[in-house]
Amino acid sequence: MRGSPRALLVFLGRRLVYSAVVLLGVMVVTFAIVQLVPGDPIRLALGTRYNAEAYQALLEASGLDRPLPEQFFSYIAGALTGDLGVSFRSGQPVTVLLLERLPATVSLAVVGIGLALLIALPAGIWAGLREGRVADAIVRVTSQFGVSVPDFWMGLLLITLFSGILGWLPSSGYTPLAEDPGGWARQVVLPALTVGLVAAAILTRYVRAAVLEVAHSGFVRTAKSKGLSPKVVTMRHVVRNALVPVLTIVGIQLATIASGVIVVEVVFAWPGLGRLVYEAVAARDYAMIQGAVLLIAAMFLLINLIVDVCYALVDPRIRLS
Amino acid sequence: MSTTEDRPTAEGRVGEARLGSLRLLAASPVTVAAAVVLVVVVIVALTAQWIAPYGINDVDVSRALQGPSGAHPLGTDDLGRDILSRVMVAAGTSLQVALVSVVFAFCVGVPIGIVSGYVGGWLDTVLMRIVDVMFAFPVLLLALAIVAILQPGLATTMLAIGIVFTPIFARVARASTLSVRVEPYVQVAQTMGTPWYRIMGRHVLPNITGPLIVQTSLSLAFAILSEAALSFLGLGIQPPDPSWGGMLFAAQGFVSQAWWMSVFPGLAIFVTVLACNLLGDGLRDVLDPKQRTRIEARQR
Repeated sequence: MRGSPRALLVFLGRRLVYSAVVLLGVMVVTFAIVQLVPGDPIRLALGTRYNAEAYQALLEASGLDRPLPEQFFSYIAGALTGDLGVSFRSGQPVTVLLLERLPATVSLAVVGIGLALLIALPAGIWAGLREGRVADAIVRVTSQFGVSVPDFWMGLLLITLFSGILGWLPSSGYTPLAEDPGGWARQVVLPALTVGLVAAAILTRYVRAAVLEVAHSGFVRTAKSKGLSPKVVTMRHVVRNALVPVLTIVGIQLATIASGVIVVEVVFAWPGLGRLVYEAVAARDYAMIQGAVLLIAAMFLLINLIVDVCYALVDPRIRLS
Repeated sequence: MSTTEDRPTAEGRVGEARLGSLRLLAASPVTVAAAVVLVVVVIVALTAQWIAPYGINDVDVSRALQGPSGAHPLGTDDLGRDILSRVMVAAGTSLQVALVSVVFAFCVGVPIGIVSGYVGGWLDTVLMRIVDVMFAFPVLLLALAIVAILQPGLATTMLAIGIVFTPIFARVARASTLSVRVEPYVQVAQTMGTPWYRIMGRHVLPNITGPLIVQTSLSLAFAILSEAALSFLGLGIQPPDPSWGGMLFAAQGFVSQAWWMSVFPGLAIFVTVLACNLLGDGLRDVLDPKQRTRIEARQR
């Protein structure tokens, strides 16, 4: 049974409305960031650069001199049309600054999640099919270690080994892929390895658990009792069905990496969204913090929406429930 | 008269289940080892100021960046301070932040989750949409936004991590409440006219402790990692107070000259987080009925 197209459309409609409601809530929270700052956010952002003219100019540019309801509706309208205001620090449009940082984060996310899947899928399936054996124990212990390692510490250790001791790879820096693919590849290895290994540890645990769950289910027992070969049962029934729920956790991991692995980007001086947030917080650039937090949360929602839709497409039970 | 008749049954069942769980926990060497490690870390954290070999701010530039030796088993940092002493004292800071923030998240999130799951209707919808909004922010990002609003420091770090973890506890408590709500002993209490707050406190809460205990253990691990990450970014615990993340932040400029500056504080975070995670896994194994049946079958 594949479920009717109408059921899928209803599911999509509901999911879209839900995402829109959550996005509105996210906008309320990001709007509140500036309003909740104790004291004058513009005075704090200017710091030692404060003078009356600069203060007045920034006050007008940010719209903070207007009544609160007007500020709120102007913020929502601006956000929906891609206008996130101007940076308190540089005076440049926040949207432009965010879009400049996006390619670095996306490239790190794609390589990182690719690496994680390359490790997690075989390791998780292998361990799940050998429950209770030595192989399973090795994978479980290794993934538990991976989950417990702070990613920034792993980054520092990788820098110590591959840059400091062996001198094979650069410890920091970023060259756009289109400019110099070779340089980009050399620079992306260590940060991608850092985010990829941590994500792989998390994913391995989920893949193993999903394989175990399916392997103990009734339809697998039926397939075995029908006399199907273990290879066919494993590939066609266990692995295929186990990978469906794993899709969700892959989406969450991708969203986490794509939304800026803040500390890893700081460790490797990787000029992505995460590092931009860090710089904005350190500089008390509230407009930039607002914009970056909103963009990241919206990306997070979008990726989860896409994952849910994919999930509904491959598993009719989701859209029929 | 209202609840005295059904109380012994519900509580007796809970007590019996707890005893069985403790027996299963004690039978797992990995869980026992994790618990022992955590006890050691807690003892070190509580006694660090008396047993640490040096003062945490004893600066002596003449002994800066010395590798591990008899006098300084974990070496010294760029200001000549003893790393072992700082790692020991920082344990207290990390555990304090983790504990306070998780207790905060528990105390705020669990009542929200229980009320949401038990009352249902529009209240459930509103509360869960608020929780969904909080879930739309990656953990560290939300914590950073809170730190940006307030000043970085010990209290802000605890509050930021506590707020970030609150929706997790709310969701776990709500999910468990939904399944407990339909149990006969809750329905009997409702029929007998037991007030809603008493049903939540006496019947719902004691029966959802399993998932909450597991979540607390796993959240402690994640809180330690979050505090370390915030301090590593210079936005958590502020110097001169030592924190594991702050020590790694200081070590960044010396990775090639003084590996011990980054290896030992990182190892302290890793071992503590690993112990919390293993304990959480062990607890989940015995408190999750499905897993429990499998473990008991294997032991027989």
